[in-house]
Amino acid sequence: MPQLAIERWAQASDSPPEAPIVLTVEGTHGPIIHAVTAAAATRGARPGARLTDARALDPALVALPADPAGDAALVERLALWAGRWSPLVEVDGDGLRLDVSGVAHLFGGKDGLVADIRARFARMGLTARIAIAPTAAAAWALARYKGDIPALPVAALRLDGDTTRTLERLGLKTVGALMNLPRLALARRFRGADNVVDALDRMLGRKDEPLTAVPSDPPPCAALRLEEPATHPEAAAQALERLIPKLVRQLEHRHLGARRLSLTGFRVDGSVAQSSVATAIPSREPKHLARLLADKAAALDPGFGFDAFALTAEWTESLGAAQESLVEEPSGERDIARLVDRLSVKLGPSHVLRPQAFESHLPERASGWVAALTTTKATELPSPPQRPPRLLDRPEAIDVIYATPEGVPRRFVWRRAVHDIARVDGPERIAPEWWRSPSSARLRDYYRVEDGDGRRYWIYREGLIGDGRGGLPNWFMHGLFG
Amino acid sequence: MSRVARGLSLVAGGAVSARPSTPAEAGAQTRVSAPLLALRARAGPLPSQGNWELPRPERPTLCELFAAHPRDGGWAGFLLAQVATAKPLLWVQDRMAILESGRIHPPGLPSQNLIHVTARDAKDALWAMEEGVRCAALSAVIGELWGDPRALDFTATRRLAVACERSGVPCWLVRLGGIANLSGARMRWRIASAPSLIHPLDGRSPGVPVWDAELFRARGAPPGRWSVAHEADRFHLVAAAGDRALGAGERLTA
Repeated sequence: MPQLAIERWAQASDSPPEAPIVLTVEGTHGPIIHAVTAAAATRGARPGARLTDARALDPALVALPADPAGDAALVERLALWAGRWSPLVEVDGDGLRLDVSGVAHLFGGKDGLVADIRARFARMGLTARIAIAPTAAAAWALARYKGDIPALPVAALRLDGDTTRTLERLGLKTVGALMNLPRLALARRFRGADNVVDALDRMLGRKDEPLTAVPSDPPPCAALRLEEPATHPEAAAQALERLIPKLVRQLEHRHLGARRLSLTGFRVDGSVAQSSVATAIPSREPKHLARLLADKAAALDPGFGFDAFALTAEWTESLGAAQESLVEEPSGERDIARLVDRLSVKLGPSHVLRPQAFESHLPERASGWVAALTTTKATELPSPPQRPPRLLDRPEAIDVIYATPEGVPRRFVWRRAVHDIARVDGPERIAPEWWRSPSSARLRDYYRVEDGDGRRYWIYREGLIGDGRGGLPNWFMHGLFG
Repeated sequence: MSRVARGLSLVAGGAVSARPSTPAEAGAQTRVSAPLLALRARAGPLPSQGNWELPRPERPTLCELFAAHPRDGGWAGFLLAQVATAKPLLWVQDRMAILESGRIHPPGLPSQNLIHVTARDAKDALWAMEEGVRCAALSAVIGELWGDPRALDFTATRRLAVACERSGVPCWLVRLGGIANLSGARMRWRIASAPSLIHPLDGRSPGVPVWDAELFRARGAPPGRWSVAHEADRFHLVAAAGDRALGAGERLTA
């Protein structure tokens, strides 16, 4: 995309096309021209020149600051959008690199693919120079320079500026000239610099392009292309009805069940809308998947309209054909997992939890929680005696009256209400975990107390008098008994 | 409520228990745990209350349970004694319920096979409860709501009750600090903690918990008020403090 910066700027502004505008970036010696309009180009401005030089040719040039970060973000978004042509897209500097092996026939051959890409970029007001070549380096060069590979200038090899200049000074102006040289001499001459032999090999396919790694097992994906952009909010839901059977068929074929699904809507303006759902156990049941995705699909913002949808199973696990039970009552594990899926999709995975045991004596650590999506089995916690069924998330400080500092409490004030302690059981002493907590952490003496009304609480005293870890011990309310 | 009134309601509940016990029930009594036997040994001959049963719905349905005070956790014991634990439990708490009376603590529950849902508000909590009630693989759904949220109206409770009866999953709607206005629940309880039974081995420590349970509306059962304790898989009537004379020989005393 040679004119991405200026085209993006032109779309955002409403200046007439004949205005001589240049976009500049700051260089070491003053502003440098980054991109120019067609009108400015005819007046002698060209990218890479200093603004002062261009102004010397035509003082009427209008200079504006360029936005390279915004351009890069646009390229990133376009890379996602280009997923419509190929599953493997890479951002390569200011361009995109698509692996189209085995893809072109879907668009009517290589010419059809190139025409489709060009037309879709043109519809967005972007000029794209497109080249298809057997190697990535050759495609890069052909998209930027004209001619056959032997006739390309050495700059097409993508070497650094010094090396290119050295080659040109030596009279090696084309790739063809380099190809005729003995490799040994070339390798010896450019030993320390950017390796010319390597670049040549990459372009000619004698060496693999190391950046391009094709995933061996692409995730199951179903795509739907629309004839016309759809702006109706229900378009996504309707597309889902067609996508799910397609995806389920792929999953069945590969004996997989989906754990995470993402629905992507490709908008006409080159942006994408995406949302994903997760499941607790691998599933490929159309009804369940449709129910999970229905809300998410309705919430996708169509913007200027969707013209394609893709439903991808990003995370899959193997799932054979299974029957839960033949004669006995089904265990219900699948029903529970589906319930967890639905709750997690609506309320968020962090709000649907299962108990998880940790090896600790501190009550709040011993019984942790994990997202129910990530586990299907209930873990049996070792049950210490006399634990309350409810625990405050954060122990609350209480005022306690006691007969002796080491003795049992007599009365306490919690949330401004006075409770007279009628019966008390304790203490149960829990020492701090010296291997995790700071050395000033104090031990806890837990008491089960019952007030005059029969309400039963779990309170503790933090520390002892004279333990050298602070002043008088504090008291805390930690739990409620049933 | 005054002492006298409490005593009167005890009589109302006790009237149900006046029938003689059958041999099967007498057999059931022999399975009572050791502390209770010790209690009875101290209280003299076995009281004739073996056939008293806590009113329960005929089939799984929606029961509403009001905590007498938001800081009174007594209802949890009363509820957990009635919940089967063979299958997982769904426990929904809204944000305020967690802040005010704490999050559930699995080591203190009879079963750790449960799913806990933190709901932002009553609307989400009711939605999660309804989803749970429709899932027949759960043993019960428990939902705690704080105060009187607008989303909790007659329609919402009625929906829950119908869904419960259709799927056969019992549902408990726990109201913390709420007012008992119109509701579709089939049984409505108000639970307060009462002074526990005397511990047989240590007189100073809390013993078997006792609840002052008031059934103020029920379909197919007369309302009443009882002091009950749960031991050996069943509820027992307990003489409330100061009611020894009224309950002499009728109920379990400590």
